[in-house]
Amino acid sequence: MQLDSKTPGGPLAEKWDRHRFESKLVNPANRRKYTIIIVGTGLAGASAASSLGELGYNVLSFCIQDSPRRAHSIAAQGGINAAKNYQNDGDSIQRLFYDTVKGGDYRSREANVYRLAHLSVNIIDHCVAQGVPFAREYGGLLDNRSFGGAQVSRTFYARGQTGQQLLLGAYQSMMRQVEKGSVKSFSNREMLDVVLIDGQARGIVVRNLNTGAIERYAGHAVLLCTGGYGTAYYLSTNAVNSNVTAAWRAHRRGAFFANPCYTQIHPTCIPVSGTEQSKLTLMSESLRNDGRVWVPRTSGDKRPPKQIPEAERDYYLERRYPSFGNLVPRDVASRNAKAVCDEGRGVGDSGLAVYLDFQDAIERLGDEVIRGRYGNLFDMYSKITDDDPYSVPMRIYPAIHYTMGGLWVDYNLMSTIPGLHVLGEANFADHGANRLGASALMQGLADGYFVIPYTLAHYLGSATLPAVTTDHDAFKASEAAVQERIDLLLSVKGSKTPRQLHRELGGLLWDEVGMARNEAGLRKTLERIPQLRDEFWQNVSVPGPKNNLNKNLEYAGRVADYLEFAEVLTLDALHRQESCGGHFREESQTPDGEALRDDANYSYVAAWEFQEVGKAPHLHKEPLTFEYVKPSQRSYK
Amino acid sequence: MRIFLKVWRQATPRDRGGFVDYTAENISPDMSFLEMLDVVNESLIVKGQDPIAFDSDCREGICGTCGFLVGGVPHGPDPGTSVCQLHMRRFKDDDRLVLEPWRARAFPVLKDLVVDRSAFDRIIQAGGYTSVNVGGAQDANLILVAKTASDKAMDSAACIGCGACVAACKNASAALFTSAKVAHLAFLPQGQPERATRVVAMVERHDAEGFGSCSNEGECEAVCPKEIPITNIAHMNREYLRAMLVTRD
Ligand SMILES: Cc1cc2nc3c(=O)[nH]c(=O)nc-3n(C[C@H](O)[C@H](O)[C@H](O)COP(=O)(O)OP(=O)(O)OC[C@H]3O[C@@H](n4cnc5c(N)ncnc54)[C@H](O)[C@@H]3O)c2cc1C
Ligand code: SF4
Ligand code: FES
Repeated sequence: MQLDSKTPGGPLAEKWDRHRFESKLVNPANRRKYTIIIVGTGLAGASAASSLGELGYNVLSFCIQDSPRRAHSIAAQGGINAAKNYQNDGDSIQRLFYDTVKGGDYRSREANVYRLAHLSVNIIDHCVAQGVPFAREYGGLLDNRSFGGAQVSRTFYARGQTGQQLLLGAYQSMMRQVEKGSVKSFSNREMLDVVLIDGQARGIVVRNLNTGAIERYAGHAVLLCTGGYGTAYYLSTNAVNSNVTAAWRAHRRGAFFANPCYTQIHPTCIPVSGTEQSKLTLMSESLRNDGRVWVPRTSGDKRPPKQIPEAERDYYLERRYPSFGNLVPRDVASRNAKAVCDEGRGVGDSGLAVYLDFQDAIERLGDEVIRGRYGNLFDMYSKITDDDPYSVPMRIYPAIHYTMGGLWVDYNLMSTIPGLHVLGEANFADHGANRLGASALMQGLADGYFVIPYTLAHYLGSATLPAVTTDHDAFKASEAAVQERIDLLLSVKGSKTPRQLHRELGGLLWDEVGMARNEAGLRKTLERIPQLRDEFWQNVSVPGPKNNLNKNLEYAGRVADYLEFAEVLTLDALHRQESCGGHFREESQTPDGEALRDDANYSYVAAWEFQEVGKAPHLHKEPLTFEYVKPSQRSYK
Repeated sequence: MRIFLKVWRQATPRDRGGFVDYTAENISPDMSFLEMLDVVNESLIVKGQDPIAFDSDCREGICGTCGFLVGGVPHGPDPGTSVCQLHMRRFKDDDRLVLEPWRARAFPVLKDLVVDRSAFDRIIQAGGYTSVNVGGAQDANLILVAKTASDKAMDSAACIGCGACVAACKNASAALFTSAKVAHLAFLPQGQPERATRVVAMVERHDAEGFGSCSNEGECEAVCPKEIPITNIAHMNREYLRAMLVTRD
């Protein structure tokens, strides 16, 4: 199969307008005759449900949580980018586009990124109209901050709760459509299969997580907005119910999985403590605006931080990257933290942490200013660690945070399964090999509010979609397969818990497919995963009922999918013998240890086609061409 | 650490349910409360027993999924802290703790410590939004919002919809939750066009869902993990009275 990105022709800046003009429309009177299934209610799913509901489509919205408002997007802290140039500091759509392509290490599609930058300004307008309480300046205008290494201030924020406020805005808009009857909301439902009829996505099969009932829903198109797969690594900053299940089930049905090895490791998380930890907590990147990162100059120096004199501290980011300093992009900051810890200079009990020190900022600006900027983050930090960051430097360490890889989609956000669209973090599209801070919220909302209303209409207007009901054989077969798998999980009655097995898989992936990867480790991992998977199916324990609420059963199913997914993640990392963005191959680095891309051989999207479990997937390549930004070695020196 | 737990177990919504004793062993003070329960559940799963059902997602105090009573107090003893952010260092070795689900007519128990809070969604659905469609918005900076108004709106908007306020209230009122959304939008210029209809619709839905009325006990404020102040309720009451006057002409 030839991958066709469907990127429109014409000059970059005009592609989206031109595409909108050339796209088919659906007559307002006909829209309610179309049923659109939206799985997920994060920023991508909730925004899509509200915009499509407003247009008059008949929308069915699903999520795992007990309310759409609780989707993982709620946890985003730092902010959302938009090329408004309100600060008069040189920002523009062109600059946001350029920064995003460069930040993604030249592994994204130019046309998609340009569209994203272009739509960013409309997002802010809409969210403000919704009543999202963004931070303001005294004159009543919107405030901005610089975020994640950007040299302009283009990030809009609502204290440290930007994701929460944007999601509540989208959720409220969606609930308004629920009241009007155009959106029906199904909470506590987990999608376990996509149903294909004549090759088109025409429905889903879900488990009602409260009653255990398997339910079928039919529609004219399916939108997956199910988030990323960071929890494959067990410990991550993602919410604990985040999963790859929906994407993986779609992949098994024929949707290609693109660039799974592009995972983002966030440099500023609270380090791991103990063995029973269930998740890691992010400390917003904005902290790097005022905090200075350091470790002791000599390895094994275990003195408390206050007793280490200035001359014996190594502010390694400031030293190595004089122009960006503490604000280098995430991948660079994370790798450097690992490097100093590998040298034995890490701090804390585990030696797997570095300091993020606010002493200078507090002396310069005072406690109060720092409290105003980061109070809620400092509180969260002290609740978890029992330390006071106003007087002792924070200890931080990188953790899995975001996944740039995802289901392959074309410019219309459609996967390789006709009718199956993928939005938000679940797709692979806009961030290349590394995502810049405050750009995921932007992408989720761009996809849902501004892109899908057009591209979905075009699909509905051009595809032939015969009437189907949930009595179709394809639904029966899918339900039977879903039921069989659940019965299988319950029947093993082994002695290991899903959590133990998940922790084992996560540890393996973190060590070998984490911040630095090499051929030997990746090969070893590819041998180990099938063994773990066998062990799971021979020895997992899933007690409790199937026809009732059973969290452990839900969890077991997700772990089982991760045990399949982990193979393509590792294989992708093995095949890409270059370093780019979040993917660092030890074999491919510059003499001073920076990531070394190989544009001659790897300037493509790797899209994997499922064969069967345990059998290597087929690789398809979508070549990337750069007409407007010339790929160069990223340098933050 | 070792902790003795008395946990409400109820297999289905129709079951009568009752307390069951568990002992959490080898608990580190750095664990969160939910991680302690994970440890208890792991030991049950290994023995082939149905683990204790409780819900959580973000485990960092922002999604509002978690929540049950610890020793009779919603989210446990720490002020301004959801139960996922509560840490075991707060307790002593051999402490005895009773865990129960939220108790309120509008929040039926689904299983063990998990309740159905969908009534909250229906309150928001009644009017907790501005009626703006995607596409028509003016430039964001054309709407000026005083910093003080925006800060107050954000204070109220910080509600995570956990339901602790209802669980703490002897009348099982959701006034704090409802008022937080009413106040958030009433503080902002964008909320003005629907200011009157919104508060009326939301209050009516609140009552129809079976939540009790507020008698100013202040228990809600005391347990709210986001420390949403009870002044929001007074604000909502004023908004409601104003709406009654406005809609009557
Ligand atoms: C701690 C943290 C902080 C962050 N901060 C920022 C930030 O400041 N700025 C920024 O731009 N980005 C940030 N990000 C990234 C950003 O939050 C996410 O990438 C983004 O919110 C993802 O949105 P989404 O809509 O794609 O998916 P999600 O919000 O993850 O939503 C997924 C939805 O899918 C549903 N779902 C999943 N699987 C199934 C299934 N099988 N069946 C049914 N439903 C399912 C879930 O119930 C949920 O509703 C942060 C991420 C984390 C972890
Ligand atoms: S007001 Fe407080 S206690 Fe009530 S739902 Fe909101 S956050 Fe929870
Ligand atoms: S689990 Fe999200 S608030 Fe506790």
